[in-house]
Amino acid sequence: MPSPYLPNTDADRRAMLREIGVSSIEELFQDIPEKLRHARFKLPPPLSELELKKELHQLASRNASLDNYACFLGGGSYRHFIPSTVEHVTGRSEFYTAYTPYQAEVSQGTLQTVYEYQSLVCQLTGMEVSNAGMYDGSTAAGEAAIMACIIKKKNKVAVSTTVNPTYREVINTYVTGRNLSIETVELNSSLSSDCACLIVQQPNFFGYLEEMEAYVQKAHDIGALFIAIVDPISLGMFKPPEDYRADIAVADGQALGNPTSFGGPGLGAFACRKEYLRQMPGRIVGKTVDVEGKPGYVMTLVTREQYIRRERATSNICTSEALMALAAAVYLATLGKRGLRQVAELCYHKAHYAAEKVAKLKGYSLVFQKPFFKEFVIRCPIAPSQINQALFKEGIIGGLDISYIIDNSMLLCVTEMNTKQEIDKLVEILGAF
Amino acid sequence: MSHYYLLPNISQPGKIGCSLPTLDVSPAKLPPKELLRRELKLPEVSEVELMRYFTALSKLNYGVDTGFYPLGSCTMKYNPKWHEDIAKLAGFASIHPHQPEESVQGALQLMFELQEYLAEITGMNATSLVPIAGAHGELTGLLMVKAYHQHRGGKARKKILLTDSSHGTNPASAVMCGFEIGVVASDSEGNVDMKSLESVMNEEVAALTLTMPTTLGLFDPQIVEISQLVHERGGLLGADGANLNAFLGRVKFGELGYDYVQLNLHKTFSTPHGGGGPGSGPVCAKENLTDFLPSPLVTKNNGKYKFVSPAKSIGRIANFYGNFGVMVKAYAYIRSLGAEGLKEVSENAVLNANYLKERLKPYYYLPYDRTCMHEVVFSGKRQKVKGVHTLDIAKRLLDYGLHPPTVYFPLIVDEALMTEPNETESKQTLDAYIEAMKEIAREAEENPEILHSAPHNTPVRRLDDVRAARNPDLRWEMRS
Repeated sequence: MPSPYLPNTDADRRAMLREIGVSSIEELFQDIPEKLRHARFKLPPPLSELELKKELHQLASRNASLDNYACFLGGGSYRHFIPSTVEHVTGRSEFYTAYTPYQAEVSQGTLQTVYEYQSLVCQLTGMEVSNAGMYDGSTAAGEAAIMACIIKKKNKVAVSTTVNPTYREVINTYVTGRNLSIETVELNSSLSSDCACLIVQQPNFFGYLEEMEAYVQKAHDIGALFIAIVDPISLGMFKPPEDYRADIAVADGQALGNPTSFGGPGLGAFACRKEYLRQMPGRIVGKTVDVEGKPGYVMTLVTREQYIRRERATSNICTSEALMALAAAVYLATLGKRGLRQVAELCYHKAHYAAEKVAKLKGYSLVFQKPFFKEFVIRCPIAPSQINQALFKEGIIGGLDISYIIDNSMLLCVTEMNTKQEIDKLVEILGAF
Repeated sequence: MSHYYLLPNISQPGKIGCSLPTLDVSPAKLPPKELLRRELKLPEVSEVELMRYFTALSKLNYGVDTGFYPLGSCTMKYNPKWHEDIAKLAGFASIHPHQPEESVQGALQLMFELQEYLAEITGMNATSLVPIAGAHGELTGLLMVKAYHQHRGGKARKKILLTDSSHGTNPASAVMCGFEIGVVASDSEGNVDMKSLESVMNEEVAALTLTMPTTLGLFDPQIVEISQLVHERGGLLGADGANLNAFLGRVKFGELGYDYVQLNLHKTFSTPHGGGGPGSGPVCAKENLTDFLPSPLVTKNNGKYKFVSPAKSIGRIANFYGNFGVMVKAYAYIRSLGAEGLKEVSENAVLNANYLKERLKPYYYLPYDRTCMHEVVFSGKRQKVKGVHTLDIAKRLLDYGLHPPTVYFPLIVDEALMTEPNETESKQTLDAYIEAMKEIAREAEENPEILHSAPHNTPVRRLDDVRAARNPDLRWEMRS
């Protein structure tokens, strides 16, 4: 059977071999030592598109999809409404089958949408400049920490204890990988003067809003940079990082038009003050003109990048999450100023409705009495894992069990995707314990 | 023309691109004013205007679906359409990473099997699917190297060796792991210069990172000797697996003597490049390194799949488990080809590259005139004499409706044209490319000006990079 992915016919192959002057394809592999070029591979036999589709549909059906379950999970990956415009734009193969726009003249589509993305991230965060996107929020935070150490010529990074624990692990891997050190900080603890930066999450891992001004002051008092990790959807109603004088803002952009997809692909949004532009990691697109004076876009400030600067580059990043950045741009453009505010407000009000109801249940309480956005921590009368099992039987995926941090506690997330009916059912089942 | 305007130009107050539900619960008290945003300045666009704007932009792009894309080292092969459909199934796209493991057994099974397939394909013992892209995989591999040596104790090995033809990500990744760089020279045949390797491979070296085939598109026949030398002196051998398409289904990195390899699912395993991601950069490791793999791995026990953290793991390198959506497509690719199909992939990739090499050799200087693997590196040296540079040749190709090869890389080839035709291209497509390149070679002789001023019929012409860098204009600003 001919392969749909291999368009050459046997006749083509024979003609090509003749042209090359060899009698078999085997001869083309003669540089590989004989004993190494006939490896054996134990892989399942090939299947046709029809058969494999069937099998993969079955495999997919073994997962509890959020299309069939009400979901109250957050903690770094968020289910938000994705307007159909997003998939239709990112589904255009002119976008998704292209690569990094090295040839600008035939990549204006990618380049201009990156310029739009950078602009929208700046508008959203209030920061002056943005790169074209990184892997995810956690690696963006790790790279921001390294960037701060390079700018400040210091070797230590401070991270708030309320930052998402897995983000802290990733930041730790990045920072210690580069032989830099890390310290953890609380709102009331002091900051050692040899720190290059302080990293705080807003809203934090537990969902509540931090006193960012106090943290920023703490960082700036010792001449350190302040790095904010933010929830991009929250910026539809809450103060942007620029307002509390953050120096670098990072976010996971998954929430902006990308499905949860079992945690990836995500998108690391990265924005900072203009004065640090040349130390920023990642690709950057700039506007310029062509030889006829027509406007156009190019990858710019490339002397920061690995393919030009090699070991002196600001980062090793090359392939990133361009298509997710495109989705984020289309998402923000589709919602616009009203839409994003409305989504944020829907999350806020629904989450507060749920929190209020849960707090009234016997045996339950809100762990933090602080303003929050869409996530909050509840203390349960029994182990959250038991409650989650009961919820799952009723078609609900409950909150994130954080008993390893706070006894019998669960981090609940409510977004515009959760209906009143779902919330009421959640509360009803919780009340039965 | 769409590129004359941007979102703020089509924005008008009161427009929106989608409808949203109204609140179905009683509103809560708003938080203190000092926490709230004063204003949000985002564009306001209707759905139809938005779709027309982005559709117009897409038409300014060139992708694999548009035409031949022989960008060397990037493996721009065709991306089967049904893989896109499968990755979008709700059971894959609409699952949350914090869901209980029992509720995502299908996803975990897919990941487990993909780990196994990639280990089998590379001849390694275990695979981490977490790295998000190729460079992220390099970083992961080098962190494992560092942890391996730290765990063994002894004198600190602070250096990573690279060849002078290596990708820019290789040295940049090493620096991110706190290593210094040592460079190994290539010999006149394009192979590792063994004398150079002998002289720099000492007790300070943690590992040699060696792309195989090299970025010159050549297989280094000394690979076994290289591996022996590196290991005898206490170092590890790591592969930048960007060029696996050359011997997929035929050669195993593990049997060549490598300790680990970083793969690019978006290259070798046919997942689309997305305009620069999402990629996926799994790392496969031999027994000596598997304990250091990043967290988490998927294991199987009594028919149940679960996440585990390796004993001496370097820790987390990404927030979740890697680019799952990309893994689904690579899984589908491997299952649809099987072992024999994978071998046909590399056979046709190598055949196509050698065909291009032979047909274009009379017109372009070929610095290493020997059988190539999946890509061939030409030099624009012959045209340079006429004042025509590789950049001009690349830009002129755009006028012929073709995407140029990778230019000016690898750095050791003057005026490099690194051409990777891929197995998914037909002889007819290659012949059209060959004709265009022949024509351009003729133009370089007879009418160099047409090359200097190329491209002529693209959406924009040559752009002013200097101006872009000197006066950075990186965003629009919108007033409320």
